[in-house]
Amino acid sequence: MEFVLETKNINKYFEKPVEFHVLKDIFFGIEKGEFASIMGKSGSGKSTLLYILSTMDTDYTGELYLNNKLVTGQKRHELSKIRNKNIGFVFQFHYLLSEFSVLENVMLPAKKLAEKSLSEIEHDAMEKLRMLGIEKLAMQRASRISGGEKQRVAIARALINNPSILMGDEPTGNLDSHNSENVFSIFKRLKEEEGLSLLIVTHDEDFAKRTDRIIQMEDGRILN
Amino acid sequence: MINWKVILNIAKTHLLTKMKSTVTASLGVTFGIGAYITLVSFMTGLNEMLDSLILNQTPHIHIYNEIEPSEKQPIALYQEFEDAFNVVNSIKPKQSQKKIHNGLPILNYLKRDKKVYGATPQLRAQIFYLSGSIELGGNLVGVDIMEEAKLSNIGDYIVEGTAQDLKNSENGILLGAGLAKKMSLKKGDRVQVSTIKGDVFPLKIVGIYQSGIADIDNIQSYTNLKTIQRILGEAQNYITDINVKLYDINEATSMAKSFGQQFQVKATSINEANAQFETGSNIRNLITYAVSITLLIVAGFGIYNILNMLIYEKMKDIAILKATGFSGNDVQLIFMSQAMIIGAIGGIFGLIVGFVLSKLIDNVAFETEALPTITTYPINYNAWYYVIGISFALISTFVAGWLPSNKAKRIDPVRIIRGT
Repeated sequence: MEFVLETKNINKYFEKPVEFHVLKDIFFGIEKGEFASIMGKSGSGKSTLLYILSTMDTDYTGELYLNNKLVTGQKRHELSKIRNKNIGFVFQFHYLLSEFSVLENVMLPAKKLAEKSLSEIEHDAMEKLRMLGIEKLAMQRASRISGGEKQRVAIARALINNPSILMGDEPTGNLDSHNSENVFSIFKRLKEEEGLSLLIVTHDEDFAKRTDRIIQMEDGRILN
Repeated sequence: MINWKVILNIAKTHLLTKMKSTVTASLGVTFGIGAYITLVSFMTGLNEMLDSLILNQTPHIHIYNEIEPSEKQPIALYQEFEDAFNVVNSIKPKQSQKKIHNGLPILNYLKRDKKVYGATPQLRAQIFYLSGSIELGGNLVGVDIMEEAKLSNIGDYIVEGTAQDLKNSENGILLGAGLAKKMSLKKGDRVQVSTIKGDVFPLKIVGIYQSGIADIDNIQSYTNLKTIQRILGEAQNYITDINVKLYDINEATSMAKSFGQQFQVKATSINEANAQFETGSNIRNLITYAVSITLLIVAGFGIYNILNMLIYEKMKDIAILKATGFSGNDVQLIFMSQAMIIGAIGGIFGLIVGFVLSKLIDNVAFETEALPTITTYPINYNAWYYVIGISFALISTFVAGWLPSNKAKRIDPVRIIRGT
């Protein structure tokens, strides 16, 4: 069994306002092609864990492996590169750059990676948009499209560098049931057709039940 | 690796969507640099004009015999009073001649010196200009006029006639403009001069000389060296002054000192003679720079403000850029390049504005009795000021951009995204 993402004994403390042990001895791994979800009450530390896994939060003890390589302790700009290449991220709020067109938003991480030519990147981006059924919006300003569409653009952007894993912080939390369903089926399809690994933090029990595995968290511990 | 294309593209988009702020910030720089260029060109132009007004009439080194008391009075040589405290009342100047001893050999020696651009002999004499029964006191300076015209810009100050006219006439005179006015004389007329001894000579006015300094124009005239030697009844080696022009004006002081010791004469350099002009120029330059730097600092604060606001507005964008793999340095470069673009565009427009304003001032009529060669306000078009101007613009925008962009670099994306 091969892990895309693996943690060993991760602990994290918040210092402010009072010292607080947020994450306690976290051991777990995401297999290749697995669609996992993290559930738990708010304050259980699930988002905190996700941001550590995303490499954006470096203030923890323990070890984090991505594709069997140790990530913990790397320099910030190295982490930026790792994020750029290996991790796609979808947030609860869409967070697109509002002055840029939809296509440019999707292309931006690939331009930063700079492994392909501009025309290839553009082709890839159009491909992703087409896969998500929003290719018509490519030239629209990102501020001019609906919430459900924005979330799909964000997914396209997360996928542009063909990452090893897609992470989501309540990606459906701000969407109506129709759009939530839409996003779920996109995730499902990505897993089945592309073999993508996914790790989604969610409050939505229906959403979580349909994933391969539910990781339950409570008081900073993984229960199962 | 820095991906400039992506960074500049983001910077460009930010600047274009915030057109108003961009224009305001650039205008601040444009105003600062434009004012600097205009001020410094005008001020230094004026400085140069004022300096040249005086300095062009002052040789780099002036050699002459000073009438002064002996440094060692005879009693100091008397051994019996060696240990005594001697008091000498009413010391008189030492009896000496006005002419420079061995003037012509010294002149030849100076002309062969490699550091000397040229040396001209002069004979300054006190005379009276006679107009009917009225006697006007004044100077008559005998010069080698062609040599003089080559070394100094005396030619600029001959308002009627030419230097050649003087050279060609045996008993010609370039009459001071003030004198000509007082005595109602014009070119072609004759004027009688009398020496201190009382000999009267008629001279023909071949031109009018106007230096712009009334005190000189009212008393001083020029004639050929030979003419005045004849008037005074002196030999051809009788000269009272030697004016030396050097290749490098900065060596004037040290060379004047060595000439003075070598020839046992008084030698003063231009720096000693005109120290106050240097001071004036320096202070005017200081004011120019103080005003310009103030303007640029104000422009810098404008840029700082606008970038700061932009960064607060773009907090989420910065977080998302970082989340998708842009490093802190990339983010800093995005905002730094915005600052530098504002600085460069504002600076270049500032240079253009400064140049146009200088041109305008350059064409404004400025005519004055005192300055016969000047018709418009003087402007100094020195390319260095433009280099300094654009450097100022870039440095001040760099500093103004550094602080906010450094803040953007350190923004923690997790905090922004989680909204804590």
